[in-house]
Amino acid sequence: MNDRLIGRAGFLGLLGAGVAGLFFAKDLTGAVDRLVPKQVSSVVPTSGWRIYTIADTMPDIRPAAYRLTVEGLAGKPASFTLDDLKAMPRADQVSDFHCVTGWSVDDVRWGGVRISDVLERVAPAKSVTSLRFVSAEEPYEDSLTLEQALLPDVMLAYEMNRGLISRPHGAPVRLVMPRMYGYKSVKWVTRIELRAEGLPGYWERHGYDVDAWVGDSNGL
Amino acid sequence: MSVSPTAAPARIHRFTVTERLLHWTHASGFLVMLATGLILYVPSLSTWISRRNLVKNVHIWTAVAWAAAIVLIVVFGNRRRLLEDWREAESFDRDDRRWLRGKRVRQGKFNAGQKVNVIVTVAFALLFALSGFFLWLGERNHTFLLPGAGALHDVLTFVSVALLVGHLYLALIHPSTRHALRGITTGEVDEAWAARHHAKWVEAERAGPRPL
Repeated sequence: MNDRLIGRAGFLGLLGAGVAGLFFAKDLTGAVDRLVPKQVSSVVPTSGWRIYTIADTMPDIRPAAYRLTVEGLAGKPASFTLDDLKAMPRADQVSDFHCVTGWSVDDVRWGGVRISDVLERVAPAKSVTSLRFVSAEEPYEDSLTLEQALLPDVMLAYEMNRGLISRPHGAPVRLVMPRMYGYKSVKWVTRIELRAEGLPGYWERHGYDVDAWVGDSNGL
Repeated sequence: MSVSPTAAPARIHRFTVTERLLHWTHASGFLVMLATGLILYVPSLSTWISRRNLVKNVHIWTAVAWAAAIVLIVVFGNRRRLLEDWREAESFDRDDRRWLRGKRVRQGKFNAGQKVNVIVTVAFALLFALSGFFLWLGERNHTFLLPGAGALHDVLTFVSVALLVGHLYLALIHPSTRHALRGITTGEVDEAWAARHHAKWVEAERAGPRPL
């Protein structure tokens, strides 16, 4: 056997496996994650949350100072405190969270309010077709159509996994839209604008799909 | 304690400026990208240092500088020596194969474990650059968003950190191997040490200086 073939084969084999990984490694990490015990994956996350932000500083909103302003095409535009939201009918759900960059977190427990319970308090105009969710993290925003926002598993969440939502996950209130990639689930939501036509969100201005259905958008 | 004067031990030249520069350029780029990468990746660190844009820019521009510096060193440095090293690293002779099975047989300029490390490091550097490029491009244009780019970048990081820990242990702590650090910093090692660890190489060097 040619001695140099061994090293060359190893080198090319690594490169080939790596290039294949560019296309298939997503499925592989899921398998790895199931094999690695929880104690290990909590120290070195093989999958799980990543904290993505776009601004220089992460919003730090005290719950007592929080206001959710709902305005635009509304007969009774209003501003809600966190207690106001908690006084509305409570919604609970367990749903998966998928990021467009390839990671997912399964079985996240959310607590909050449905969009319909907020809307019925501001008398939306008949012409409303789109809801624009504006983040305290400027200039982050994203929009859902009215129909999408009223899907049964969409909510404004103030609890995550049985505790208050933490600052990196969008405290005190974030949008949860499990059927779409995470960039639609705006964190630190402080304003909802009711509109007659949609606006592209932050990532959509960078070419990402407006209708970010999981498994059926962004070429994935 | 008194130190008795002894003759300076004979030294043998192991690494040229090009080899050392390549090693330390790769090492410093890797460490900066590891530190900034962990801040971007580990949630508690991302939260603690929330200036994601700044950290991301440092990570990306370090990558550009690292890749450019490596290309410059390879193109304008001692190419002949680098090629020799690469040929040596790729070649696993009978002794190397026995060494990998745990037999402490005579070794060349690099032992078989070091050869594996060279091959993995070069392959990983290329794959890091490739997957990182697609992560960068995919954020700007979702046509180039590859499903495994992030996962590949992660896996490369995990394996690299494990290799780095082993590398640092052998280079800084393990008594019989840590003398090698002198070679990659000053270029020279004790001839007696080299004769124990790299016997075939020392013999070839003694047989006659090669033209460089």
